[in-house]
Amino acid sequence: MAPKTAVSRREFVKDAGGLLIGFSLADSTVLPRVLAAASPETIVVPPPSRLDAWLRIDKEGVIHVFTGKPEIGMGVGTAYAQIVAEELDVPLERVVLVMGDTASTANQGGVGGSTSIMLGAKPLRNAAANARYLLTQIASRRLGVSAGELEVQDGIVRVKGDTSKSVSYAELASGGDFNEVLKVSGDGFSLDVAGPGKPKDPSAYTIVGKPAARVDLPPKILGHFQYVTDVRVPGMLHGRVIRPSGVGAAFVSVDESSAKAIPGFVKTVVKGNFVGVVARNEWAAVQAAKALKVAWTEPRKAFPEQQDLYAYMRSATPKASKETLKRGDVAAALSNAAKKLEASYEFPFQSHATMGPGCAVADVHKDGITTVWSGGQKPHDLQRGFAELLSVSVDTVRVVWVEDAGSYGRPGFEDAAADAVLLSEAVERPVRVQWMRDDMTAWGTKGPAVLCDLAAALDAQGEPTAVQFVSRAFSGGEIMFRPNSAGNFLGAQLAGIRNTTGVDEFAQWGLESAPYAFPSVLATAHVISAFADEASPMRTTHLRDPEGPATSFAVESFMDEMAAAANVDPIDFRLKRLDEPRAKAVLTAAAQKAGWNARPSPQKAARAADVATGRGIGLSTRNGTYVGTVAEVEVDRNTGAVRVTRFVCAHDCGLIINPEALRTTIEANLIQSLGRSLKEETTFDRANVTSVDWITYPVVRAPDVPDRVEIVLINHPEIPPTGAGEPSSRAIAAAIANAIFDATGARVRQVPLTSARVKAALDALPSA
Amino acid sequence: MSAASLKVNGRAYNVDVDPACPLLYVLRDNLGLNNPRFGCGLGQCGACTVLVNNRAVRSCQLNVANAAGKEIVTLEGLETNGKPHPVQAAFIAEQTFQCGYCLNGWVMTAKALLDQNPSPSDAEMRSAFESLVCRCGSHVGIFAAVRRASQPAKRSA
Repeated sequence: MAPKTAVSRREFVKDAGGLLIGFSLADSTVLPRVLAAASPETIVVPPPSRLDAWLRIDKEGVIHVFTGKPEIGMGVGTAYAQIVAEELDVPLERVVLVMGDTASTANQGGVGGSTSIMLGAKPLRNAAANARYLLTQIASRRLGVSAGELEVQDGIVRVKGDTSKSVSYAELASGGDFNEVLKVSGDGFSLDVAGPGKPKDPSAYTIVGKPAARVDLPPKILGHFQYVTDVRVPGMLHGRVIRPSGVGAAFVSVDESSAKAIPGFVKTVVKGNFVGVVARNEWAAVQAAKALKVAWTEPRKAFPEQQDLYAYMRSATPKASKETLKRGDVAAALSNAAKKLEASYEFPFQSHATMGPGCAVADVHKDGITTVWSGGQKPHDLQRGFAELLSVSVDTVRVVWVEDAGSYGRPGFEDAAADAVLLSEAVERPVRVQWMRDDMTAWGTKGPAVLCDLAAALDAQGEPTAVQFVSRAFSGGEIMFRPNSAGNFLGAQLAGIRNTTGVDEFAQWGLESAPYAFPSVLATAHVISAFADEASPMRTTHLRDPEGPATSFAVESFMDEMAAAANVDPIDFRLKRLDEPRAKAVLTAAAQKAGWNARPSPQKAARAADVATGRGIGLSTRNGTYVGTVAEVEVDRNTGAVRVTRFVCAHDCGLIINPEALRTTIEANLIQSLGRSLKEETTFDRANVTSVDWITYPVVRAPDVPDRVEIVLINHPEIPPTGAGEPSSRAIAAAIANAIFDATGARVRQVPLTSARVKAALDALPSA
Repeated sequence: MSAASLKVNGRAYNVDVDPACPLLYVLRDNLGLNNPRFGCGLGQCGACTVLVNNRAVRSCQLNVANAAGKEIVTLEGLETNGKPHPVQAAFIAEQTFQCGYCLNGWVMTAKALLDQNPSPSDAEMRSAFESLVCRCGSHVGIFAAVRRASQPAKRSA
């Protein structure tokens, strides 16, 4: 263990110089002086009211930006640098970011809900605007002219029209301390600051809105980048975990004999049903985990047969229900309808199945500072969760976020880190854990299965007068997306700590679907209890847009079914029921780019062709972002195989910060969603998840990728930026299902849209 | 434990490891070459790909004993005198990848593909990539980078 030093809190604060009294823009200390080598008793982070909590300028004029938001692979870090460079008028390259280190960044709630630009960028923009304001004030005194007579270019403040009078940010920042304090509002995601300096008007932007090369990509592609999997600390051991033989199976005994024979084996750790091994090298840990003979009690048959899942969901008594929208008398409309249209849509459990299985390094010191290196999206919540897990105070835990594979929610990186914490606590050494593939795919968290029943009352012309929506879903918040409690972690649950922070999350009409207007609407949402209270491989949490893809699949498919019943073009049908001009605009833009020929679906093409082609539309709206996507498909009538040949996606998220990173983020969401729509389904038996690898949990592969993917970016500089990523995932399954229907007249209402399901729907068509 | 002589990125190494240990762990943990990445340990995703005698090989499936004496190249070995390999330059120019955890497999496989077939057709490229996973879905940019790095003459034919 590292020697515990005698540095007291008082001495630490003193050592940190101007950190706590006023602030110094010249303080170039990128990381606070709390590294394990000189462990103070607690870690002190400057409060968000201080400008230097967000931004410091060093002697070379480099702008160091501190944010509690990590980069999870979509280029948010580059966008933040653009925003700060814009407000300060410095070149983009001069901005460097420190992200997600709880010892040096403010708690901004981490990443979630595609809000990193919409919300997370606000305090950075405001802090930068205030830094510029203060620097300009000092320059005004220094140069003897009013601030209004100054301009800034490349970090040099100069008098307009007089190039001889100028001073650099670096010189100004070394000038001393400033006592201005920023006004703080909100917390977590909504944390923001304000001061006398106001951000630029977007019409003056020269950096924001222009394509910028992502700063993280060249080092990644050249092989110089360090992911969390590459963190190695002195004295580090390697851990692996051994999970129960199924849900509810309890630990009985362990036979270490074969593991002990492996060179490098150190220890077996057992804590309740949590079992792990620690070894001196990674290969020894992998082998020992495999060799260890653990006896478990018989697992519980906690899950239904897979084929009965949706019947189970339909018959289960909901644990919570709510009416989310009621307008008009839907019951009366349905009973008086000239014709009724009814359909049910099924969306499966899906796995995050991150590219890299969860990985973390933990260095636990229960009488000093504990440090955990993790790629989890919410480092400040992890800090709290680990403090509770170790029964230590929050300010003795430091979580250092280091980028891991793309996470898409709360995938289990958090659980892998908790495993490392438990093992490090047990062996009193730093321990690196990387999950094996089956730990990730089978025991990682799941996106919830959702069942939606829709019904419409149609008038004599086939026009809908009322729509009824009923959803039954497992909660996307059974495992809270905020990992700030001990019971949140799988390893802790196995060790006997209960998960008490779960919440009921509903699949909702209107919130997770586009705002269509019908004369009467009744929307009800039910949440179904988790299969198991204890540690379970089927525990559900946020997976990219929790209930959105499922709800959107149901609503956007049913919109098409209603359009077909009314014999109206599916886009025209939607436009007629939308008021929001931006929602209409993305539909129109996608249709135009795709060369959409307005006509009802299905198309009247010759039924004889072996391969039928068709097109479908999906509209998604999410927290102020609007996305219209056209999918074009080929359907093999003999096999039911579907190939998407083209996506056209029109996307409006208000002000665009970096069009290049936005385009690639949308493309990736479309392709990932293609796999989720056509292939992904977590399989299970009565006690275990049986999707354990890339064969049993297939995802999108190169041959599946459309020949053409076209993105139409709609920029609204006058509208503050909203989210990207999840919004473009949302309606993809529906767009594809609608295209299959357009091609063949066969409607598939269960995701994934496998060839077997398509073939069954084709076979069920009345013969021509 | 026994000694194995490896030649990686033109350098000779002697390592004292279990001969059954997959090359992946030796590269990462003994030699500090981090770009071959653990994705599945099953040969299903390609994140651990290295070149062995110029062929793309899954280092999680190759015992270190069987790698001894062969020419091994990792992503770290593609640059020449600090200059990116043309395949790397193409991926950078196309701004490919989201998280990039898988990119080692794609870049190394693309290099092996283009060395063998400098102007692959779309179908040849997709087929060469079929056994790789990119969980984020960056395939559009990956294809664009390979087209950029391939020789133009035959491509347009």
